[in-house]
Amino acid sequence: MINLTTPISEEKIRELNVGDEVSLTGTIVTARDAAHKLMVEEKPDFIRKYLEESVIYHCGPVVRNENGQWSFIAAGPTTSAREEPYQADVICEYNVRAVIGKGGMGEKTAEGLKKCGAVYLHAVGGAGSLIAEKVINVKDVFKLEEFGTPEAFWVIEVKDFPCVVTMDSKGGSLHKEILTKSQQKAKELIGI
Amino acid sequence: MNLQESILKLIRKASTDLSPDVEDAIKKAYETEDEGTPARNVFGTILEDIQLARQKSTPICQDTGALIFYIDFPVGDSEQKYREAIENAASQATELQYLRPNAVDPVTNKNSGNNIGKNAPYIHFHQWDKDEVRIRLMLKGGGSENVGTQYKLPDSGLKAGRDLKGVRKVVIDAVTKAQGLGCAPGIIGVGIGGDRVTSYALSKEQFFRKLNQRHENPEIAKLEEELHTDLNKLGIGPMGFGGKTTVLGTHIDYQHRHPATFYVAISYMCWAYRRKQMIIKNGEVKYD
Repeated sequence: MINLTTPISEEKIRELNVGDEVSLTGTIVTARDAAHKLMVEEKPDFIRKYLEESVIYHCGPVVRNENGQWSFIAAGPTTSAREEPYQADVICEYNVRAVIGKGGMGEKTAEGLKKCGAVYLHAVGGAGSLIAEKVINVKDVFKLEEFGTPEAFWVIEVKDFPCVVTMDSKGGSLHKEILTKSQQKAKELIGI
Repeated sequence: MNLQESILKLIRKASTDLSPDVEDAIKKAYETEDEGTPARNVFGTILEDIQLARQKSTPICQDTGALIFYIDFPVGDSEQKYREAIENAASQATELQYLRPNAVDPVTNKNSGNNIGKNAPYIHFHQWDKDEVRIRLMLKGGGSENVGTQYKLPDSGLKAGRDLKGVRKVVIDAVTKAQGLGCAPGIIGVGIGGDRVTSYALSKEQFFRKLNQRHENPEIAKLEEELHTDLNKLGIGPMGFGGKTTVLGTHIDYQHRHPATFYVAISYMCWAYRRKQMIIKNGEVKYD
């Protein structure tokens, strides 16, 4: 198990390999569909200091507000593929060191990870209640009114968040590997 | 019996309490995967999550999905009564964090904040001759919905003809394309025949069957068995990390088709296979 604490240096990120298990601690930011579109089209500055050498989490949480204090009730990763058109540009623009999601991402993101020094971390999809336990504090939220709960930027503090590196900054991708193998097997089964 | 309260309980159970047949299938999958592999670790995490969600009554998955109801009701009952009770219960369930607000207006892109909107929650009404009401609820996550797909046979690329062999081929293709995107291991619902709309509807309704409860037609039952085995040979595994369990169940049904069409619709449900039903009879409510 490799422990990572935000902010994370580029050097440390470039040492990671596909298959490494990571435990993440520190301040990170949730962002998904509307947030990514905004970060590419308008490059807002309000989120810059939280993303610098930090981590984006593809997550649309279930939240609770008690006496003005937010907490996360369920917070597993959402499918990352939808951010493929935006992700590489967001990583390089905001100097992001890792993206957490599920299902993996494509070629454009893989190039972005190589070029700007970042990795893709996979969390267990659907494990909403369990992962919410790793979110120890909700520090701030942006665009809540405009984007709604699932798509707002939630600035959160996590402790011992377990992930697996499935795309590294050297071009390695577990998703590509499994896709190629399973496609081969499917061809055999289908008979083409 | 208070209808709104009973439906709220149905929503809570669906969101936080995974059905025993699904949990058993996941336990079995955990045992099947080799020790020390990411696949086995994923199943370990999933089992922990299921326990915690039940204990704390919090959602198993943060994507509490689209609410899709199927109501069978006796002659003379009012649809409006159920719609009102469902809308109020959905709004209450959102406030209580059993549900995430998941109803977005596609024109303004505004989230309604309470899971109520145009055609949301979605309710299928069906009148029947029994003197009881059956309300079935499925919470259908967006990730798994996005990997659902429909084929029209023949499909030359897959060399899939207009027969059950062709059906087998397109299902294998669909699951290969889904990879880990819909939170594998999935449960696959297949609807053969009908028109574009009804084939999808049929595929999705399969999710109310108990896991691996086989179809009454022996040929369809055989295809379900075969496909279940074949799909688990793909090696996609939980989350697409590789492994022996790519699907937890395969359910197929068919309906007559137009001579010119042969649709095969494939719906994908994630491992967080959330569906529950309630039966109301003589003022008593039973949940399953």
